[in-house]
Amino acid sequence: MPDYTLKIRRYDPESGQPAYWQEFGVELEQERSVLDAILQVKNDEDGSLAIRCSCQAAICGSCGVRINGRSRLACNTKMSVAAEGAPNGAIVVEPMGNMPVVKDLIVDMDAVHWKKVQRVVPWLLPEGDPPEREYIVDPESMIDVTQSMACIHCGVCVSACLSLEVDPEFIGPAALAKAYRFVGDPRDAHTEDRLLDLAEDPHGMYDCTHCFACVEVCPKDVAPMNQIMRLRRRATADFGIKDQNNGYGHEKAFVDLIEKYGILSEAQLIPKSYGDGSMIRAQVKPAALRELSAKLPTVVRALRSGKASPKTALIHHKLKDQDQVRRIFDEVESKDERLELNLYIVGESDDEEEGAMSEGGQEQ
Amino acid sequence: MRIPTHDVLVIGAGLAGQRAALAAAEEGASVGILSKVHPVRSHSNAAQGGINAALNPEDSWESHAFDTVKGSDYLGDQDAIEVMCREAPDEILTLEHLGVTFHRNEEGRLGTRAFGGASAARTYYVADITGQAILHVLYEQLMRHEEVYRYEEWFTTRLVRDENGHIAGCVAREMRDGTMQLFTAKTVILACGGNGQIYQPTTNALICTGDGIAMAYRIGAPLMDMEMVQYHPTTLAGNGILITEGARGEGAHLYNAQGERFMERYAPNKMELASRDVVSRAEQTEINEGRGFPDGTVALDITKVPRKRIHEALREIVNVGRDFAGVDITREPIHIKPGNHYTMGGVKTDKEGHTDIPGLYAAGEVACVSVHGGNRLGANSLLDTLVFGRRAGKDAAHHARNHKLPDIPRAVVDDEERGLRELIGRERSGRRVSEIREELGRTLDKYVAVFRDEDGLLEAAQIVQRLKEEAKSIAIDDKGQVFNQDLFGAIELGFMLDNAECVVVAAIERKESRGAQFRTDFPERDDDEWLKHVDLTMDGDRPGVTYSQVTITRWQPEERKY
Repeated sequence: MPDYTLKIRRYDPESGQPAYWQEFGVELEQERSVLDAILQVKNDEDGSLAIRCSCQAAICGSCGVRINGRSRLACNTKMSVAAEGAPNGAIVVEPMGNMPVVKDLIVDMDAVHWKKVQRVVPWLLPEGDPPEREYIVDPESMIDVTQSMACIHCGVCVSACLSLEVDPEFIGPAALAKAYRFVGDPRDAHTEDRLLDLAEDPHGMYDCTHCFACVEVCPKDVAPMNQIMRLRRRATADFGIKDQNNGYGHEKAFVDLIEKYGILSEAQLIPKSYGDGSMIRAQVKPAALRELSAKLPTVVRALRSGKASPKTALIHHKLKDQDQVRRIFDEVESKDERLELNLYIVGESDDEEEGAMSEGGQEQ
Repeated sequence: MRIPTHDVLVIGAGLAGQRAALAAAEEGASVGILSKVHPVRSHSNAAQGGINAALNPEDSWESHAFDTVKGSDYLGDQDAIEVMCREAPDEILTLEHLGVTFHRNEEGRLGTRAFGGASAARTYYVADITGQAILHVLYEQLMRHEEVYRYEEWFTTRLVRDENGHIAGCVAREMRDGTMQLFTAKTVILACGGNGQIYQPTTNALICTGDGIAMAYRIGAPLMDMEMVQYHPTTLAGNGILITEGARGEGAHLYNAQGERFMERYAPNKMELASRDVVSRAEQTEINEGRGFPDGTVALDITKVPRKRIHEALREIVNVGRDFAGVDITREPIHIKPGNHYTMGGVKTDKEGHTDIPGLYAAGEVACVSVHGGNRLGANSLLDTLVFGRRAGKDAAHHARNHKLPDIPRAVVDDEERGLRELIGRERSGRRVSEIREELGRTLDKYVAVFRDEDGLLEAAQIVQRLKEEAKSIAIDDKGQVFNQDLFGAIELGFMLDNAECVVVAAIERKESRGAQFRTDFPERDDDEWLKHVDLTMDGDRPGVTYSQVTITRWQPEERKY
């Protein structure tokens, strides 16, 4: 059996000492999991090593940690995989990020995660009394929300979220995915209220920066960011919600600019965001002016470092093969219905090449 | 901290516990729910396939009840089975109204899948995450009803009775900081699951250590049918991870190494969808007689199921196959074998969840009502937790109205705390907790599994006695207060050994073959002598055996064929 070295971040709150690293040698087959290795240490060597764990099958969501810097479940990370990414031969195991450490690999999820789940009003709010039998709903809608129902609240996405790092008040990927579970549920009667609430919250759905970190790390293919994007599409396309954070305007300006140039024009982004897509209208809106003047130092820095010049700021160039970008727009806009791909729903085709399903939630 | 007091104190926050808490709160009781893990980490999560109910107009509760009685090998109490099957449709509708995203058919109505041992397709489901979906919806309701007080990550170490023998509460330790606390309550509902961890391997989570069964037993509550331990037919060989029966419900087949669909020989009518005990025995026979694969398995072939359907309805086991066996189940068969899965026995209760101790209730896997008898049907366990969780919660709330809060001296906590301090401070001399746990698990999986005989059982009994002795001198590494998991592991080991002793004693006692108890030395079912429950009550430090009658309402025992 192969030998491995685990380098574990230890912290004992009762010792009065700061956190420290400790190395352990373990011996187990390469298909076994990092959790198996940690339990081996705990069982044979040091019973004080603390980690929450229970099912060992990636369903209870207890054992979220960071392995070689990447947030994941210890129970479904094979030793062979962990060893590949191990710096200097030692598999590095740390507690999850963005949450306070309680002891060793145990973090406090209450304040950062559960409080936010509570914040999205996480229960069904149907209209009036329930029917005598079941609610009659479109079968696909139930399968559709199953992707967000599959969330096991392990906190791995919360740990990896870059927005949370900057804004600890951000509702966060898992809680917003939970919110989509109700927004996407046809039985719920408060879809618009929910969307309005999450759009208007300065730490709500527009606080996500679209970085894909949560999609990459989610062990259950919930693709939280995709659920957040669906919240946005529903808020804007279906309910025309124009929020005080100007998330709507920002997104519209972003898309318009990409369609026009094939590449982003930073100089036009903010004025257009506040001017409903118009450069002129923004100049007379107080909020836009405030925002524009707040951005002046950034502009100065960009000019100084040569990242922008007065010329490039005013006259933006088009991407060379901008027509290809345009073709994507045409393709998407030619559909009668908005296409929302979902892992639980695949097309009729039993095509062998249809590998998309194992690639994680993709959307068009 | 003030002593927490409640009308109804629920221990365990899986489906049975949460359902009980909500039902008791609806009746206006003050409710506390206490669990050693965060509620959504509970093992109810692992129930993949679905939940049974005769909800279709063409189906009938009587048919569901008969299937359950037959599945139980006639050891289930028919009055309790009738209650469960009659109330099943309403329970499904209640869950649906609360928000469970049950699968729909083309008309948008609740749709079903087929499951083992059932004469109709009556299993309602959410993909293959049914338990998780229901657990999360119930937890949503707990978040909504803040009047239900949640004690998350509190470990219960013992139950307490008052001087009249009525239940009075429990002693628990806050895992986060080591605080020992007395909880007083007019009623206590045990809902803390089964004892799968006494076996290795098992499909059960590490938390399933039979705490509730042991704690009830230690204060004098009788246990029932502890020998009835379910082996699930489709678990992964090395680690015991579960592949849902839903796979066979969707059309997957079993093959031996020679490519034969061997169930033809054992259950020509129901084939792969015979009762679990029947399928597990068939697989084990194939393996024992040399027709299995070299790794001691047979093959489950899911490739028959259309890919679209697999992604929609069996997505979780696609992940399990990929992550834990390195197999793409949509393209190739996966090797499986029977593995420990479910505790049919448990704390003896009646239909309202009453145990023999006044004010103490039990519901879910910790309890033995008995609706499962010798063998539980797939998708009846979620139903059991919900129906009897609700009934216990409601009855406990009523009971609390007519009772005063018991008065128990604080000394109970001090005693318990002293004991734990002694354990924490003990110098290492004997074996490690993990070694004893490992030997226990391997022993039961060897001698008290799909096939049993007297020699093996006596051997197991002897080993369990020795392990109990060894456990008296265990020491632990962690000397701290914060999340001292080492300490909880040592307490759990004690619970597990009591569970194991009871399983072995009951298996020796029952000299016949019925349901999950197959004695190669008594291979026939013997209704004249053994159509009765085996009850165990603590007598000194050993289980004393008595018997009780099986309740038969309308289905007389017949030969059981699938």
